Amino acid sequence: MKGYISLLRLRFMLLLQYRIAAFAGVCTQLLFGFVRVMVFIAFYQSTSKVQPISYEGTITYIWLSQALLGLLPWNGDSELQTMIRTGNVAYELCRPVDIYNLWFSRAVAQRTAPTLLRAIPIFIVALLLLPGKYAMGYPHSCTSFLAWIISMFGALLLSCAITNIFNIVTLWTVAGDGITRLLPAVIILFSGMIVPLPLFPQWMQGILKYLPFSGIVDIPARFYSGHIQPSQIVSLFFIQIIWTILLILMGKWLLSRKMKLIVVQGG
Amino acid sequence: MSQIIVENLMKTFKVAKRKPGLWNAVQGLVHREYNTVHALEGISFKLEEGELVGYIGPNGAGKSTTVKILSGILVPDSGRCEVMGKVPWKQRIDHVKNIGVVFGQRSQLWWDLPVEDSFQLLRDIYNIPHQNYKSTRDELIEILNISTLLDVPVRQLSLGQRMKCELAASLLHTPPLLFLDEPTIGLDAVSKLAVRDFIKKINKERGVTVILTTHDMDDIEALCSRVVVIGRGKILSDGTIEELRNHVSKERKLTVHMDMPIDNFSIPGARVVELEGQQISLAFNPEYISPAILISNLYEKYPVKDLFIENTPIEEIIAKLYGELRI
Repeated sequence: MKGYISLLRLRFMLLLQYRIAAFAGVCTQLLFGFVRVMVFIAFYQSTSKVQPISYEGTITYIWLSQALLGLLPWNGDSELQTMIRTGNVAYELCRPVDIYNLWFSRAVAQRTAPTLLRAIPIFIVALLLLPGKYAMGYPHSCTSFLAWIISMFGALLLSCAITNIFNIVTLWTVAGDGITRLLPAVIILFSGMIVPLPLFPQWMQGILKYLPFSGIVDIPARFYSGHIQPSQIVSLFFIQIIWTILLILMGKWLLSRKMKLIVVQGG
Repeated sequence: MSQIIVENLMKTFKVAKRKPGLWNAVQGLVHREYNTVHALEGISFKLEEGELVGYIGPNGAGKSTTVKILSGILVPDSGRCEVMGKVPWKQRIDHVKNIGVVFGQRSQLWWDLPVEDSFQLLRDIYNIPHQNYKSTRDELIEILNISTLLDVPVRQLSLGQRMKCELAASLLHTPPLLFLDEPTIGLDAVSKLAVRDFIKKINKERGVTVILTTHDMDDIEALCSRVVVIGRGKILSDGTIEELRNHVSKERKLTVHMDMPIDNFSIPGARVVELEGQQISLAFNPEYISPAILISNLYEKYPVKDLFIENTPIEEIIAKLYGELRI
């Protein structure tokens, strides 16, 4: 356990060093936040029908997803993937630790360190500095806030399990590359990163709710804004955890299958 | 019981054939042909505790494959392999606690972080008790003389400095076994000597069993009591350097400097390898003609200025061995 925590700490430290990247990230994430907010302003102004999610709820949803973009599992650990491609991964394989867990702790660092660096300034801007129409709202209530925190924890685990799948499929040099290009599109769309999931067609709602991706962006954001009642946290957190377990098992299975056939690239 | 037992180890790799050109690439989408590369074809050897064995062979002979199987990274197709009573790829986690590994062409240190951080990570990964860690670390730092390097980010180290740190990193958990895969590759003469001294020391003083693969024959001559030569996945020779020499050729080299250029040089019992002005290289077999007689014959016949006898350089022995086996 100590080894995993130590690795997590080291990766975390290292990722915190990238200050310029964090600054650039904050700028682009703010910019895209504005673009998305403006699109939805236009959308809500041009419709008189009652939408399944309020205007304020949508804007808050967008700022939350922009601030926490780093949590979205759209890629693997680039350092690890380079290690796999060059064969440096050989060293990881001769350590007395479980490889899946080792890579999972890397994923935790990858998902938390840059997100923390970027989320705080974006929250400050979106909550406090923006004029009313563009601004992010405060949590609906204390219990909503609590539910948000819990579901964020679920989102983190889910995200790390998916990130680790990205890492593991890199072991299939060619096919893995295809998956790492294809999967992000699905994840970005079905997590609610482009259009909030409540605005998807009615017939898709049932499916989206039970897919793992909604647990990453959509569900936490709607707990925050009160769109989902805090009392639902138990069942929705349960879905997040079930998916996390399934994805971890899948990752472990893929990894153990590949470990038997492993070929270390280059000399 | 032997520390390492390897019996009839086999490993093949399937490599997709990729012919150059667009048309062949398109064909490859539908139908792919595979080549089977036999990396190891029945390797057997045993190692006792405290041995320092050189494992040599040309590129692609299967050296690294063997080391990777021994370190639990690769799974062989068939054969038996036990390291300290454990099967590396089946009991990987228990097994790797017993071994230290250095791959000369790779790095286990974190590029952007000071060396000390990598050491501490290894301490936690191997679960080394603080007291042991401190004493081992201090000892390694002293032998390798790297105390000034510890707070430097790895990317700022020279290759020689880095290799010393890699060696220290691989021994922090005091493994009884050390696998070194080309540890002196790319190092300058001074660093090479430092690395060699270190290997010798930990083998002698700590009794660490060392398997060393290298292309540098000076490494072998300076360090190894035993040499295993592998080629095309098979073991070609296994024994001391002397045995290897005798196995390939018993000839010695005699280099003679004359006072003046000689035409039509010949001497019974020795073969002229090279004749260049006043310098002549001869090869002779001491079993047929004693060096003393050969030299006195030379002095009688020619105006000898200076001469010296040497063993055939190990490079030549190896080259000859590879050549004989057409590999």
